Amino acid sequence: MNDAAGKGDVLLHMHGLRIEGRSDEIWHEIVHGIDVTLRRGEVLGLIGESGAGKSTIGLAAMGFARDGCRISGGSIMFDDVDLAKASDDSLRQLRGSRIAYVAQSAAAAFNPAHKLIDQYCEAPVQHGIMPRAEAESDAIDLYGRLQLPEPESIGFRYPHQVSGGQLQRAMTAMAMACRPDLIIFDEPTTALDVTTQIEVLSAIRDIVRQFNTAAIYITHDLAVVSQMADRIMVLRHGNLIEEGDTRGMIEDPQKEYTRDLLAVRTFRKETVDEPNGETPLLRMQNVSASYGKSPVLFDVSMDIHRKRTVAVVGESGSGKSTAARVITGLLPPSEGQVFYDGQPLAPNHRKRSKDEKRRLQMIYQMPDTAINPRQRVRSIIGRPLEFYLGMRGADRDARVRQLLEMIELDPDEFIDRYPGELSGGQKQRICIARALAAEPELIICDEVTSALDQLVAEEILKLLQRLQDELGLAYMFITHDLATVRAVADEIVVMLQGEVVEQGLKADVLSPPHHEYTELLLSSVPEMDPDWLDNLLGERLEQSA
Amino acid sequence: MSIPLTSNTFGGKASPWVSRIAMAAVHFFILVLFLQNVAVDTWGSVIGLLFAHLYSVVALTYWNRIDRSAAGDTVIVTVTLEFVLISVIFWERASAWPWSTLFGLGLVQICAFAAVRYWKDLRQAPGSAWFGLIVILIYVMVAATAPIIAPFGETEIVGSEYDVWSNKHLLGTDNLGRDMFTRLIYGGRNTVGIAFMTTLLAFIIGGLAGILAAAMRGWVDQVLGRVVDILMAIPSFIFALLILTIVGTSIPSLIMVIAVLDATRVFRLARAVSMNVVVLEYVEAASLRGEGLWWLIRSEILPNILPPLVAEFGLRFCFVFLFLSGLSFLGLGIQPPTADWGSMVRDNATLITYGDITPLLPAGAIALLTIGVNFVVDWFLQKASGLKD
Repeated sequence: MNDAAGKGDVLLHMHGLRIEGRSDEIWHEIVHGIDVTLRRGEVLGLIGESGAGKSTIGLAAMGFARDGCRISGGSIMFDDVDLAKASDDSLRQLRGSRIAYVAQSAAAAFNPAHKLIDQYCEAPVQHGIMPRAEAESDAIDLYGRLQLPEPESIGFRYPHQVSGGQLQRAMTAMAMACRPDLIIFDEPTTALDVTTQIEVLSAIRDIVRQFNTAAIYITHDLAVVSQMADRIMVLRHGNLIEEGDTRGMIEDPQKEYTRDLLAVRTFRKETVDEPNGETPLLRMQNVSASYGKSPVLFDVSMDIHRKRTVAVVGESGSGKSTAARVITGLLPPSEGQVFYDGQPLAPNHRKRSKDEKRRLQMIYQMPDTAINPRQRVRSIIGRPLEFYLGMRGADRDARVRQLLEMIELDPDEFIDRYPGELSGGQKQRICIARALAAEPELIICDEVTSALDQLVAEEILKLLQRLQDELGLAYMFITHDLATVRAVADEIVVMLQGEVVEQGLKADVLSPPHHEYTELLLSSVPEMDPDWLDNLLGERLEQSA
Repeated sequence: MSIPLTSNTFGGKASPWVSRIAMAAVHFFILVLFLQNVAVDTWGSVIGLLFAHLYSVVALTYWNRIDRSAAGDTVIVTVTLEFVLISVIFWERASAWPWSTLFGLGLVQICAFAAVRYWKDLRQAPGSAWFGLIVILIYVMVAATAPIIAPFGETEIVGSEYDVWSNKHLLGTDNLGRDMFTRLIYGGRNTVGIAFMTTLLAFIIGGLAGILAAAMRGWVDQVLGRVVDILMAIPSFIFALLILTIVGTSIPSLIMVIAVLDATRVFRLARAVSMNVVVLEYVEAASLRGEGLWWLIRSEILPNILPPLVAEFGLRFCFVFLFLSGLSFLGLGIQPPTADWGSMVRDNATLITYGDITPLLPAGAIALLTIGVNFVVDWFLQKASGLKD
């Protein structure tokens, strides 16, 4: 509401902020005395891998600590009010009206039982800022500014009736409802496709500029934050590593860790030539498939040769995971066939032989749900050994240890752990070990790195690459992240709405001339250049004009 | 899943000699216990001797497999020898009821082994859980050794009707002149035993069917679901009365009927929670691996739906208890002269008018156990849900 106040006044000043978290009945400090200063209209980027404490600090800016956490020291001055000491009542006054929060998963943050506009109006009406009718017209105005389609009517839909990117923008609109002084964005685009991400990023940036709102932008993606923030703080394990203005930080990072973050995805696989004429390990031939009545795959064909990586790229809903389900036999195709080593595979996985199943393994996107939380690592990795190879007792244990060494985890430390005692990256390594245990020839990797931090993801990619070199595996690599594709692929298949739009060797697909959709995908990958978003939007505007 | 064979978390050393001496003592004790009765009951003694050998083998095997320290050994050995000592002191009663003595010994040892094995968890258990565990332990112990503890026979008439509390009859006598204290002890054995068996059976039937319905979907789910719907459509009390009138009120039929009726509720819960687990990727991964249905149920689904099922077990147990008491009240439950807490309240209800609280004791016993079971279940639930995070 303070449009009159120009840039420059300090809006939020956190001094010596310490936060403790509770585990095993003991309080551990997770944020070790951080100073944050935020001026009006400034966008501050908080960046770091998971566990760095960036979300915790973001929430602390609202005077809020998660369940099992507490603010144990320091002050949080928001416009002369110390939020660390303020009463619940006064905090309630501030939250929603002067400080707002945009969560990572808009789908989970919206109440599915109410229409978007009802949820929009709740805060302004509750805080007595404007009457319902005014709030509604204001909502329509904001929806328009955020470039949502049909701003007059979209608010009258339920959350499940709009797409993920639109929902994230609706959430931003909701945060703007009371024209707060400060908005906290907690990884707002992490769950979105690259193409959708662009829209959300530009919408958020425009609206923040229009209303001169200060914002804290939390993300683990340095390329994204460099588009959004004026200033960046790099965090690690609850400590400040480096702070500086965006351009300076990107061009001349001072600390080793920041350089590591910047250098992510520089890893490249050596290019391999055309596959020779041998029978492909896996061949999909004119496959079409549908869920019930609605068709999702149209005439898809691809070959995967031994010791090669085929990356399947596309945004969500493009049918790339469905293709994997057809190959594994979870979804029998309506037309076409899948051949393995020249032999046709039964459409339904129940009809396939044990050996066929063994040779084709799968690694999933979410390591949290891909391994049974009630089994120890020993059983998770040991089961395929027992099941496919008939190993028991000491033999099996020895092999499990060997596999753990292969995935670079210390056997003595990890063999008796439960998945709950592992980090995301370690869980994904366990999933890889489970797939390796079967001694497969082809592994389908379904978005294996998208739930992980960039540094961790890079290590997983390197591990997969090393395993391919050592064991001669073939990968089918499903992803929406072109940086991953650049790193690991030999061949690329680009999919759009259930069809293959382009396929070929990496060098051919990635170098011009592109198919127009490939071009769109390629150009949507954020780059570590603060001007990238502006330039890109400018270019696209020119083209459409 | 498997227990590490060699590692020793307590840091102490396994002491084979202590274990062998203790086991030899127990073995010898059981031998004497049953040999005493050779003349009276030859077959019982022979089976008892076989059992004694089996028991020693199992106990020794388990002894060598658990992690334990010298302190752990001491706990197990002390508790065992104490029980043997008490049995020797009250030899007359103990030798008259060898099976009860043996069950008592088994229980004591199982508890000691479990306490050593799960000491880490137990130490962190809240007070309420300890209270619940101790209550349950006492109930089970009393139930197992009822004939030894009880001063009189279950159905023996030992005095005049409605005697007051005295040294001879601790809690007085009931409407037929039977000792109230004795009846209370035997009642625990009957009521708790039957309620536990019933609940267990209900969970085996309902739980398995529920997971099966969720795992197989399709027509199996439809058929099982409709059968359950039909059973649930009839008021369960009336349905139970109807069936019990037809088949008669023997204890096995009582257990079967209540178990089947209660299994319908368990089925719904098990199916609902399994549905959430079945769609997860680790179940998909297991079925892609080619695992059979039984593996999916036992290893992938069951461990992950156990917490809600265990919570339900505590509640169901209490409901079964009430159901049994209700049936007893209508004369279709546990039949006299077998002692049963439900009917004991009714039989002696007239005493309440004279300000005597004796008839409320069985009711209090039911209440105490119910609370104890739920405390333990709460603790278990809290622990199990913590593992997920």
